Amino acid sequence: MMRWLLLLLGGALLGGIVHLATVIALPRTATHDAYSRLAGNAVNTVVVLPAPSPDKAPMPFMDPAFISAVCRYDLSSGPLKLTVPVGPAYTSISFYTRYDVAYYAINDRAAGRRIIELDLMTAEQHNEMPEEEDVTAADRLIVESPTKTGLIAMRALAPEPDLMPMARAALAGARCEPQDLSKISNNQ
Amino acid sequence: MRLLVGSLFAFIVAALVGLGSTYFALSRGAAFGALTIGNWTAWPKSGTTDADPYARATIARSGQLPIALGDGVSFSAQRDGKGRILDGRCTVVVSGTTPAARYWTLTLYNVTGELVANSVGRYGFTSEEILRNADGSFVITVAPRASAGNWLPTGGIERYELVLRFYDTAIGVATRASRELPMPAVATRGCP
Repeated sequence: MMRWLLLLLGGALLGGIVHLATVIALPRTATHDAYSRLAGNAVNTVVVLPAPSPDKAPMPFMDPAFISAVCRYDLSSGPLKLTVPVGPAYTSISFYTRYDVAYYAINDRAAGRRIIELDLMTAEQHNEMPEEEDVTAADRLIVESPTKTGLIAMRALAPEPDLMPMARAALAGARCEPQDLSKISNNQ
Repeated sequence: MRLLVGSLFAFIVAALVGLGSTYFALSRGAAFGALTIGNWTAWPKSGTTDADPYARATIARSGQLPIALGDGVSFSAQRDGKGRILDGRCTVVVSGTTPAARYWTLTLYNVTGELVANSVGRYGFTSEEILRNADGSFVITVAPRASAGNWLPTGGIERYELVLRFYDTAIGVATRASRELPMPAVATRGCP
């Protein structure tokens, strides 16, 4: 009897370890997380997502009042330049790591412009930027990505259904392209 | 032989306890740092790099992209103010006012996060399109059949979830539930 109780206790303790291990490993093994769902899209390109409908939605729990676009990025070949025209109302840009953790977000009001322009790079790429360029970059928004790959989600609100085409047009004009750093410094 | 049976037993217990608790924790949304106001719950921390392993696992399993904290906050309700599960065959009234935000949206989903088909193609309301009373408060009727005013159709499904999202708002990780945050009340008014 005592032996079985001990085995039960040991099994339960081991179960605790299994629990922690599975919770921690889950994001790395998930095949239906947001990043994997969007993995069919080209890298470093803005893709405007179809509006969610009861039959089909790119992801669960999407806000139907928004038009969404995503850019699946890979910074291994260099920094990215992101240009997003502001929609008819609220427009936001959120940055996610490969494992869907949000690390930065900005909206049209915080950016204070009609076209939001951002440079996305890793911390190493930021450090490697030439000094003088960093000075001219003072009025450029630089976002540091903690990972080489990830997702940028751009979302434009249509406060009324009539404004949906305007929101869609704004995001259709969004760009997410590898930037040529040498070209930028030549322009100075 | 005894050793083999014993360790097999311990391993089966470990698998049941470990996998069972993981499944249970993730299906119940067991992340830390929940902000609960009435029947509404938000996890502001899930939209930051401080998201705990439970939040990360829940997000990965559901396949959604969490709202980043600099973008907004998402509150969800599966039950009404009295703790009754939201039933799409009943008439449920969402009324009151909302905390300060530039925009908010209220959306109805089924339990797996899909929109619910209905005859008028309405899946939610935004703060701009809602009809309000003179004092700025509003009443939304969530019901299977059409009703006057702000009608949010349920499509008659058994269980649903309401998600209230605030965009460009001061609500965040530091917000305390005890502070006055005027969330709308959710009440079941009648079931057939």
